[in-house]
Amino acid sequence: MINGAQRMVESLLAEGVTTIFGYPGAAICPFYDKLYGSAMRHILARQEQNAAHAASGWARISGRPGVCVATSGPGALNLITGIATAYMDSIPLVAITGQIDRSELGRDVFQEADITGACESVTKHSILLTDARDIPRAFKEAFLVAGTGRPGPVLIDVPIDVQLAESDEPFVYPETVDIPGYHPTTKGHPLQIKRALSAIGESLRPILCCGGGVLLGNAREAFLEFARKGGLPVVSTMMGLGVMPSDDPLFLGMIGSHGEECANRAFREADLLVLCGARVGDRAVAAPNQIADQAKIIHIDVDPAEIGKNMRADIPIVGELRGVLEKMTEKLEPVERAGWRTRVEGYRNARALRGEDREDFVEPRSFLRKLSEQLPANTVLTADPGQGQIWAARNFAIHGGRFLTSGGLGTMGYALPAALGAAVAAPERTVVAVCGDGAFQMSMCELATLCQTHAPVKVILFDNRRLGMVRELQNQRYGGRHYATYLSGNPDFLRLCAAYGIPARFAATNAEADAFAGEMLAARGPFVLICRVDPDTPTL
Amino acid sequence: MDRYTLSVLVENRPGVLSKVVALFSRRGFNIHSLAVGPVQDGSVSCITIVVLGDAATVEQVEKQLNKLVPVIKVRNLGRPGESLSCGLALVRVQCENERLGELMQIAQLVGAEAVDAAPGAVTYRIAGEAEKIDAFLEMLRPYGVREIVRTGQIAMEKARPASSR
Repeated sequence: MINGAQRMVESLLAEGVTTIFGYPGAAICPFYDKLYGSAMRHILARQEQNAAHAASGWARISGRPGVCVATSGPGALNLITGIATAYMDSIPLVAITGQIDRSELGRDVFQEADITGACESVTKHSILLTDARDIPRAFKEAFLVAGTGRPGPVLIDVPIDVQLAESDEPFVYPETVDIPGYHPTTKGHPLQIKRALSAIGESLRPILCCGGGVLLGNAREAFLEFARKGGLPVVSTMMGLGVMPSDDPLFLGMIGSHGEECANRAFREADLLVLCGARVGDRAVAAPNQIADQAKIIHIDVDPAEIGKNMRADIPIVGELRGVLEKMTEKLEPVERAGWRTRVEGYRNARALRGEDREDFVEPRSFLRKLSEQLPANTVLTADPGQGQIWAARNFAIHGGRFLTSGGLGTMGYALPAALGAAVAAPERTVVAVCGDGAFQMSMCELATLCQTHAPVKVILFDNRRLGMVRELQNQRYGGRHYATYLSGNPDFLRLCAAYGIPARFAATNAEADAFAGEMLAARGPFVLICRVDPDTPTL
Repeated sequence: MDRYTLSVLVENRPGVLSKVVALFSRRGFNIHSLAVGPVQDGSVSCITIVVLGDAATVEQVEKQLNKLVPVIKVRNLGRPGESLSCGLALVRVQCENERLGELMQIAQLVGAEAVDAAPGAVTYRIAGEAEKIDAFLEMLRPYGVREIVRTGQIAMEKARPASSR
């Protein structure tokens, strides 16, 4: 006899899952009981949202769906922001929640919440299991939907009686599963590819734009080859950072409201834009229709609904980026566009680096630039939304490393748990979390998880005792009336870290921060470097 | 804004209708009418949705619907008149005996059937395209409409000669 919980564990093992992130509770206890003694590693987060973020960091580094687990009611509801964060950034996630006994559904019993209903608008798919025999098929379906096409989070809600249901039906994990309504387009249409190539051939001022889809579609190499063969200048969205090495001669930087002026300028002046796995979000392109009026748009995306959603496309190509780009590279005829290349290189060279070392505070931008030089090439850097996210996006130089942030939803508190997940996925890589003191305090409880797992996450804590980005907004748009942006109750972070037994240093100047950075990188376990930052440091 | 009719085949499972409806509110699309019922062997349901919007919005609705995993097929049946469509209404009208003759003539004209009568009130059932039902209700208005219930429209593509398919 095996019960439903055992079938859940067997299904995860059959999917090759080695690590899951979660937090137990009564309604998921049968599952936890079967994890006991299994080959899977369970990492106990300190709040469910962070388990989802950690699974997201793990997924982005391992390239496979991350798994997070929570109990019914509040546990499941706490997952939602994490699930929504993954949804907005198309991160493959399988979220498993316990649910109360089916016979009690709808009676508002203890820890009951309609989690599939609540997650409806932030999941790619959700499954409420009603029969233990459906478990293997449901798990197969969940991993397939989460990880293929445009990736995203899938929720599986399992009532406790389904977890406990025993039967002697042998466990068989299906090799394939056919879902009538799920057939993502994989190959780009040859005719569209041909049209795109001829448009590129005719273009005088082409610009390539890479989005997060290039990384999600494992198409980084294909993208680089395409850009290099065509000699095509490249800009990136925030989610596409890491596709191009920061110092690549073709790379102009990040576009958007917080992007580089040289990248925005080239983007505006182009007569042809090739959007690759970019959804043209409002932070990246504020006035898409204005851009589309001036340039021809080739939009390549695996999700047909992204084409035409925010920006009109002249030549849409629906398909997996890697295959499409490889096909395009084969037939791409390089065209000499010396004038355009010189022009955009001129924009790039005119770019002024902002922020210089200070002796009264740590200047975060110059500090991050210097730190970049010391970091190994494959470093993973996570950043919390706010000023720190932009400082990091613009000043962390990437050469084969990764930049992980909550780009779409802008979820504060993402950096620390995502870094934990990344460090678990790739223990050999250096993982740095850049947090402001506001966002840090939203997931500070995960310091305990760092201790428990010895995950060697290096936290850079920019402490300006303010919610810097909102305060800057209050300066710019609300007449400088600062309200609720002063974090007067901040703890002494050094002593906080000491309480957890995590080595930490406090830097008041750039010279100190630079010196401690070496110590931080040499540390074998977690480390927190607290940097005192001037509240008036601008975001850009 | 135009009305577009979408015929959506979905897996007939609990929660699927709520997924479809949630999508409309989440993406800010407007539903004008909705009709649902199982078709074929009962494993599939057909949801007929009349959407208010322009062509670009409706294209986006179609694409977003196609992304829902339990959605098997989405067909855009176009604007009113471009497909066969049918809805049903029950309408109770206040009526004194001396005007009954007029009412019966109106009903006959549009093919509505009296399904219930009581002193001072007649209830009609009418089936057909939304415009026809609208016109009937409008004609009854002067008599004093007491109550109306109405279904969403169901719709089907017009049959085309086999050779032009």
